Amino acid sequence: MNLNKPEPIVGGSGPDSDVVVSSRVRLARNIAGFPFVNKASDPQRHEILNMVRRCRFPEKTASDMIWVDMMQATPHDRQLLVERHLISKQFADESSPRGVAITSDETISIMVNEEDHLRIQSMVSGFGLQDAFGSIDEFDRQLAESMDFAFDERWGYLTACPTNVGCGIRLSVMLHLPAIRMSNELDRVKRAAQELHLAVRGSHGEGSEVRGDFYQISNQVTLGRSEEELLDDFCLKVVPALVNYERSAREKIMDQKPELLDDRVHRARAVLQHARLLGTDESLKLLSRVALGVCLERFNDLELPDVHRLFLQIQPSHLRSSIGDPQASDETLRIARANLVRAALSGTG
Amino acid sequence: MTCDHCDKPAVVHEVIIKDGQKQEVHLCEEHAAEAGHKIPVQAPINEMLTQFVSANVPGGSKKRRQGAKCASCGLTFTRFRKTGILGCPECYKSFDKQLGTLVSNAHGGGTHHVGKQPTGREGLQERKAIRQKLVRELDDAVASEQYERAARLRDSLMKLDTEDVPGKPELED
Ligand SMILES: [Zn+2]
Ligand SMILES: [Zn+2]
Repeated sequence: MNLNKPEPIVGGSGPDSDVVVSSRVRLARNIAGFPFVNKASDPQRHEILNMVRRCRFPEKTASDMIWVDMMQATPHDRQLLVERHLISKQFADESSPRGVAITSDETISIMVNEEDHLRIQSMVSGFGLQDAFGSIDEFDRQLAESMDFAFDERWGYLTACPTNVGCGIRLSVMLHLPAIRMSNELDRVKRAAQELHLAVRGSHGEGSEVRGDFYQISNQVTLGRSEEELLDDFCLKVVPALVNYERSAREKIMDQKPELLDDRVHRARAVLQHARLLGTDESLKLLSRVALGVCLERFNDLELPDVHRLFLQIQPSHLRSSIGDPQASDETLRIARANLVRAALSGTG
Repeated sequence: MTCDHCDKPAVVHEVIIKDGQKQEVHLCEEHAAEAGHKIPVQAPINEMLTQFVSANVPGGSKKRRQGAKCASCGLTFTRFRKTGILGCPECYKSFDKQLGTLVSNAHGGGTHHVGKQPTGREGLQERKAIRQKLVRELDDAVASEQYERAARLRDSLMKLDTEDVPGKPELED
């Protein structure tokens, strides 16, 4: 699998990318006439897989769609896809017939036989939910011409878990909130999110821990509101409010504790530039501070996308790929990670 | 009524015919799951003896607790409460009553879908009809040696097969 050729979606570019790393829209769809995945037999799962493989994808995406048969994929490849946010961790770990289709620019991916028959995802860098929705909406409309989706007048799109029923849509943004966290105001954000029926999770979705001050915010309501209403809420109210909150927290720190800020960001960079062994968590934590420093113009030799690219490159499977050793031990990775980060950050600094 | 293998309440009640002998089976959730494929597929003649059970339980409360089962995929509502995952699209009809409040609570009060509708089905039918008509016309055109017209029809067909919106290609009359 060659996932290194195209530039992956890493964040750090696009609208509001100082706070919004990436935007994703996911649609859950099931094919009528089949039980949901958990009740489907292996032959049925194979049939679903074949139906999706056979179906006519929109012309512009079909030509460069790659298929990954998850039963054939090595654990290394699976992990690579998880780190890229192209498949869920649960999907990577299962062993039943399933697969994923990915466009070469990685903006659209379709997981087949995850919790639902199809989980169609569109992802863009920065705050671009409208764009992500636009492309996935069109994609879904075209898929519906070659397959019959399970749909009910009252319930809408029928999904395995009733929490997705209705539009079957999940809008989510990955936010980088280091200043809110530094100001200990995260609980307030979480409470507010809860009142608005939003989920706040770690960077890799459900059950994943928070690392590097990255938070994934997504809608929980999918029934009784239209896609447009949900999108408007998210794009015009929720995300701008959180972006402003983080920005004002950053300004407050700059105004009130500039030395503390400078100490944190420069100290973080110094450690990253001189360490000889680096673990994933430590790197994420320190890189998060460096990213904050870049956003607040504490470094004039670094660009935000460079830092964001490192967030992906230091992940175990990406690192294993880059050193060409899928079996590399954690110890080897710690050395490789330190080398990579050091080279990336000391270039001109 | 307790499980044949332990003291837990039985949730599965079956009558199976084995070697001409009628046999009752009562199993709790765990043992039922465990026995799932052990029970001969051809044997069950009466899946649930709900009436029999309620007659044996004062007040019939057990009947209610035992709850509904989806006829299409066999999922029980009890099982759904544990996993939160339904078994098939029909489950929404099978558990219509039970799901109402539960789902609406999870969706901030939402009870009905108001969003997108899959247009594909109509689109598919429409496209099929147009395609058939075009193919017929193409055959006619070729048969009557109207090659220019045939070429146009072939273009329309190709366009139809790659077009985003069904029904766009213009029909010849
Ligand atoms: Zn038992
Ligand atoms: Zn069912």
